[in-house]
Amino acid sequence: MSRIEMPKPDPLVISRKPEIFAALCAAIGAQDVISDPAETLAYECDALTAYRCPPLAVVLPRSTADVARVLKICSRFGVPVVPRGSGTSLAGGALPTADCVVVGVSRLNKVLETHYPDRYIRVEAGITNLNVSAAVEAEGFFYAPDPSSQLACAIAGNIAMNSGGAHCLKYGVTTNNLLGVTLVTMDGEIVEIGGPWCDGAGYDLLGIVCGSEGQFGIVTEAVLRILRKPEGARPILMGFDSSEVAGACVADIIKSGVLPVAMEFMDGPAIIACENFAHAGYPTDVEALLIVEVEGSPTEIDDQLARIKQVAQRHSPKVMRESASAVQSDLIWKGRKAAFGAMGQMADYMCMDGTIPTSQLPFVLRRMSEMAKEYGLGVANVFHAGDGNLHPLILFDANKPGDQEKCEDFGSDILRLCVEVGGCLTGEHGVGIEKRDLMHHQFTVQDMEIQMRVKDVFDPAWLLNPAKVFPMDVSHSRRHRNKRSAA
Amino acid sequence: MASTLEPNSETELASMVGEAASTGRPLEIAGGGTRRLMVSGAETQLSTRKLSGITLYEPAALTISAKAGTPLAAVTAALAAEGQHLPFEPSDWRALLATHGEPTIGGMVSAAAAGPRRIQAGSVRDSAIGVRFVDGEGTIIKNGGRVMKNVTGYDLVKLMCGAWGTLGILSEVTFKVLPKPETIATLILQGLSPEKAVEAMSLALCSPFDVNGAAHLGNGEEARTLMRLEGFEASVRYRADKLAMQLADFGSVQVQLDETENTGIWKSVRDVESFAGKAGSVWRVSVRPSSAQALIMAVSQTLEIETLMDWGGGLLWLRAFESDDRIAGKAIQTATQKLGGSALLVRPTGSPQESVSAFKPQSAAIGMLSQQLRRQFDPKGIFNRGWMGFNVAA
Repeated sequence: MSRIEMPKPDPLVISRKPEIFAALCAAIGAQDVISDPAETLAYECDALTAYRCPPLAVVLPRSTADVARVLKICSRFGVPVVPRGSGTSLAGGALPTADCVVVGVSRLNKVLETHYPDRYIRVEAGITNLNVSAAVEAEGFFYAPDPSSQLACAIAGNIAMNSGGAHCLKYGVTTNNLLGVTLVTMDGEIVEIGGPWCDGAGYDLLGIVCGSEGQFGIVTEAVLRILRKPEGARPILMGFDSSEVAGACVADIIKSGVLPVAMEFMDGPAIIACENFAHAGYPTDVEALLIVEVEGSPTEIDDQLARIKQVAQRHSPKVMRESASAVQSDLIWKGRKAAFGAMGQMADYMCMDGTIPTSQLPFVLRRMSEMAKEYGLGVANVFHAGDGNLHPLILFDANKPGDQEKCEDFGSDILRLCVEVGGCLTGEHGVGIEKRDLMHHQFTVQDMEIQMRVKDVFDPAWLLNPAKVFPMDVSHSRRHRNKRSAA
Repeated sequence: MASTLEPNSETELASMVGEAASTGRPLEIAGGGTRRLMVSGAETQLSTRKLSGITLYEPAALTISAKAGTPLAAVTAALAAEGQHLPFEPSDWRALLATHGEPTIGGMVSAAAAGPRRIQAGSVRDSAIGVRFVDGEGTIIKNGGRVMKNVTGYDLVKLMCGAWGTLGILSEVTFKVLPKPETIATLILQGLSPEKAVEAMSLALCSPFDVNGAAHLGNGEEARTLMRLEGFEASVRYRADKLAMQLADFGSVQVQLDETENTGIWKSVRDVESFAGKAGSVWRVSVRPSSAQALIMAVSQTLEIETLMDWGGGLLWLRAFESDDRIAGKAIQTATQKLGGSALLVRPTGSPQESVSAFKPQSAAIGMLSQQLRRQFDPKGIFNRGWMGFNVAA
């Protein structure tokens, strides 16, 4: 069923499995090395579940030094390494190959230091996103990036994919909130990059490590910026007759000078699915729903919402309902956050992640519904409207022959459309394997060549997550070079 | 300087660089020439002056693109007409460095020249979302784009910010912009010691009142600690009242609401105006706020210095009276390394001396990675030789 090609496993590596396993056990202890197929099952895929492959072995190190030992061994044997946070990637970023060692950082999950006056927290990278905020909540602080999977996803994965969330219009994404990392490179060297200060010296290595999809090294620790929570926050719901009108309203709110912390958009099918699932009180007779949230003291919130309502009135909303209590606010967000679960109850789905210039929103939504008809598949849209990051959910039936392929084709068409109108293939999920072969649509060979040269610096043998991000033909000679040297 | 190349287009820029690469001719890259920290000694200068113009501006999408040689002032003016701005508050070093000319977009990005709002809105690297540049072999490269959420491929945009033209010559940059706040207030505390000032600023920055500037300048009774609030008027007034109450333990709090006064105060912090025209080397040291006092103490043991604190104590501008930059550099770099952070020599005492490295990598490993990166982007080593603290052999 799977159509995304993965490299053929290296027979030499496979043949040396017992030796590699023994070396890993000797280095970090047998209790932290898994190779029994029954136990590696859980590591065969990430959240892109259509693609699976049992790895050669899985290691679950307990320290940075362990990670360094493991990488040294893998380097010596020429074994590809697939880093893994919590395995929530929707792009196949943690998909193993049969000849790889998966290095999972889930046991590195401690908070190492919190410093409120300097406003940072130092954590081991396997800690979940939500646990970072939880660690500083009692002091009134939070960690800003909040991907939908924040309950499960690890900071390591957030750094690898430069994850975003619903609140990045105001607070930015991972890269804007990351101050430093401890990175273990493929040769086992431990490198500290950045730290709890604003500007480093020299090149912004932190900036390229973030979002490098686990291809430069394994991040074992991170220094993150923490922020004081605002006094309060309040969402407002607005329902419109058409997506075009809702899109125009988003543009006008931004132009008015108000900076909401979040502006979430749902189209008709998404509204109905979420309402049936979460009973959030969404109006089901509208074609588009906006959730706009602002922060501050009660009077500041009143002031900002008054401005937003004034702008929205010009677009004749069918419904405009300000949350009147914390319970109502939770309910409004519960509906939105349940979107994926709600769709999952109705059908199998694939979640796309392209970004478009917000001015192209009406055109792209119209084009998408036309394409849905052509493909005969349903599509529901929930997305971050302020920043143009779309999440079309394409519905299909995994048990129906050919449906998944049709869904993938539709998804590719959507992403190509995003690039055509001036946007990009992925706003926050990463390229992984899922969008790897579409990179040609966004980049020239030269654009990709210079990126691969950066990987050459960090991982000259191309052992780290090698078959991801770049189209197979583009990375072929580099991956091949690695095989030759290993043999 | 023997000759100056002034390409009229990106294509022409690429062919000029390709030509220089093929003959191994070094180039000194210039935007407006206002932030020249070093000279490379190259006989040929390449100026991006003629690559000028705003190529895209969509206020509703909070996005602007401009060619590298576009005067910063032109971009700022276009944004102001729509009530928007570059959130990182780009600094102007002309007075400080006694340079002339017009700061350009490319120069500002290459110097990562962010001002006081960096603590809240981030630096240039946090607003830049797309670049086009020409690498050391004359290849035109694009990275990022015009949308603010984009994780497609590696983020080379970050790498180009603060690379001082050593990895490529920028031809165009795209930024995420933000609404320009309509009201400013500055809370002012008088006569605090640097230590107390950091404490007050940390308290303000740890409050929920969205402080976006925190600086400390002057000495003794004359010292002023400044904390800035911006936004809609009602909100600014509310937060100013609340914050003033929280700061009451540090002395009487004056609240400045006059717009002209406030603009002047923060421009003077941003551009380090108090150091302009005074002798000595000028260093830009980024540390954790809680290390600021220790750093000042350590450096003061060997050097006589004047200090200006920005970013709540996270940025120290030091003016060393010492005339030998090697002595000043040793004291400042050693203290910075010990406490954690980075120090950059922004203004040497005399002409740039080869013996003093303006940039010092965090560690040997980082120095090595940086050097290898440079070699990948500029294999012939033709861009701004000697900058960034290491050279690529020609």
